[in-house]
Amino acid sequence: MRDATTTNSDVKDAFISIRNVTKSFGDFVAVDDVSLDIPKGELFAILGGSGCGKTTLLRMLAGFESPSSGRIEIDNVDVTHQPAYERPVNMMFQSYAVFPHMDVEKNIAYGLVKDRVSKTAIAKRVDEMLELVQLGDFRKRMPGQLSGGQRQRVALGRALIKSPKVLLLDEPLAALDKKLRERTQFELMNIQYELGITFVVVTHDQEEAMTLSSRIAVMDEGRFRQVGTPKEIYEFPSNRFVADFIGTINTFAGKVTDIGDDTISVYCDEIGASLSALGRHPVEIGQSVDIAVRPEKIFIGKSEPEDAIHARLKGVVDDLGYLGNRSLYHIKLEGGRIVQVSSQNRRRSANRFLEWDDDVWISWRPRSAVVLVD
Amino acid sequence: MATSVQDHDSLWQRLTIATPYLWLLAFFLVPFVIILKISVADPVIAQPPFTPTIDDAGKLSATADNFVFLLTDKLYAITYLRSVMMATIATVLCLALGFPMAYGIARARAETRGLLLLLIVLPFWISFLLRVYAWMGLLNNYGVLNNFLLWLGVIDQPIQILYTDFAVFVGLTYSYLPFMILPLYATLERMDLDLVEAAQDLGASPTRAFWDVTWPLARAGVVAGCLLVFIPAMGEYVIPYLLGGPEALLIGRVLFDEFFVNRDWPLASAVAVVLLLLLVVPIVFLQRSQARNAEGSA
Repeated sequence: MRDATTTNSDVKDAFISIRNVTKSFGDFVAVDDVSLDIPKGELFAILGGSGCGKTTLLRMLAGFESPSSGRIEIDNVDVTHQPAYERPVNMMFQSYAVFPHMDVEKNIAYGLVKDRVSKTAIAKRVDEMLELVQLGDFRKRMPGQLSGGQRQRVALGRALIKSPKVLLLDEPLAALDKKLRERTQFELMNIQYELGITFVVVTHDQEEAMTLSSRIAVMDEGRFRQVGTPKEIYEFPSNRFVADFIGTINTFAGKVTDIGDDTISVYCDEIGASLSALGRHPVEIGQSVDIAVRPEKIFIGKSEPEDAIHARLKGVVDDLGYLGNRSLYHIKLEGGRIVQVSSQNRRRSANRFLEWDDDVWISWRPRSAVVLVD
Repeated sequence: MATSVQDHDSLWQRLTIATPYLWLLAFFLVPFVIILKISVADPVIAQPPFTPTIDDAGKLSATADNFVFLLTDKLYAITYLRSVMMATIATVLCLALGFPMAYGIARARAETRGLLLLLIVLPFWISFLLRVYAWMGLLNNYGVLNNFLLWLGVIDQPIQILYTDFAVFVGLTYSYLPFMILPLYATLERMDLDLVEAAQDLGASPTRAFWDVTWPLARAGVVAGCLLVFIPAMGEYVIPYLLGGPEALLIGRVLFDEFFVNRDWPLASAVAVVLLLLLVVPIVFLQRSQARNAEGSA
């Protein structure tokens, strides 16, 4: 169910199927011809900065907006123009939107009361939900008497009580403090796993998207820039936007000089060196591309590495930061270019391994770098 | 030095807090006590036209005659009831018109909101009396409304609109509508729209969501607006006098007549005291329920 190796974005048995959906407000195109398939039981994240169209897409899934063109199907039913109150979809709002004039129990029961379910059945379901979100002791409390985390649980229980086919979560962890975020994150994953409900999370927070979801769509200017597992998106970003948006990355601009079986060599003017990287794109000799490498993929040492297959560059420590579990270095290359390097602090030592202005060598394996074309 | 600053601050604070109380004391409580005092006196033809509360012999002289008279003469009971009814209908009309208007303004684009609010308040720039006179011009037999209906061919003779209860309702609703809209707008504007969407998301139709979420959350504004309309409408004198028929006796009119036509100050004061009691009781009741509500959601 949470198969991290699912890489194919054209899923065969699509549970949610978004087909060429466009939404424009006047001249502004919020969502631009987007297509996406999400299989049943997946925990899918839509990741993007503010104004990228992710919220509009979520609102179209919920039924609060209707697409200007295109089609949305859920479980093989066309819901494109179905109003929110008729869709088998429930949503956990970013603001939680817990009804302030109803107690916890009434809030959670709301969806079923609207469905004219018998009182005993409602009571039973409410008890189940209260247990699921661990709010049994708070059932008679008013939302004003709850903490932010508890209000979120109310919102979650309320959205799950109707056993929706899809649960939409709008920035579910944004308003929580760090410790609570981590706990909530794992709870959400467990609940999703237990209930097998398809979750679609919208977030601007890459960490939230990476840890929560089995697949991520990175969105920008109304379009998907890459859809894939967290690992694919992080390790093999398919373009500059995704590489830059997710985590930190060093990029070196250059021109293709040689195309091997699975590696591409690029000469970078800026640093006056030839670099090679794993190539996943069709490129031509002479084409302008970027070589990108993540800070943690770079080795750092005081002596020149011997291994000939490494890309090697000489520089000095310009800045360093100790973060406990790892250290961050800014290495200034001979041409003045700064490269970010991060290394694990495996050994405990009161003395720093490197100091400011130390001469160092940095190196990485060609397999650790990627070529970015657009 | 530090203590003197503190003293200054606390004096200033006390003054700030005391101001509304002093205001109420000087312009509400003291006049009320004077009215109460007159209401337990006997009318005399003298200056002032009532007996003193403490007579020449230094004895307390108070009578409940005026209140007994109010209760025994059916005219007063009927007039009070009629006033309550008129004020209630005017309040309901204001609410029915004001709620959608306030809702519309609260949901309008931020730039247009200010303009719409200005339009609501704009009539206050013209004297209240003038605006009521304007309605006389609109509603009389040869007025704008009758001429329009004649022109449309809906009627072939002017119909009597002015000097009817209908005209009074028009006047009351028109005059007090802003007092309904403004508090309603204040509550609706603050309301989180996500709540309505959440209700719809959980299966409530837009109508259902309105009654489940918007209406209960707008309650504070509804109560405030209703009080702001009901209370002045209850004692309204000018509108029924100018727009209503001669038989349309309302309590404001009776009050005026007792004071200025009959010069029976004690009875007029008693009428005023009873009116105040009629208004204070529901207000206290509503305040209580509001406080309980606020406690629950806090």
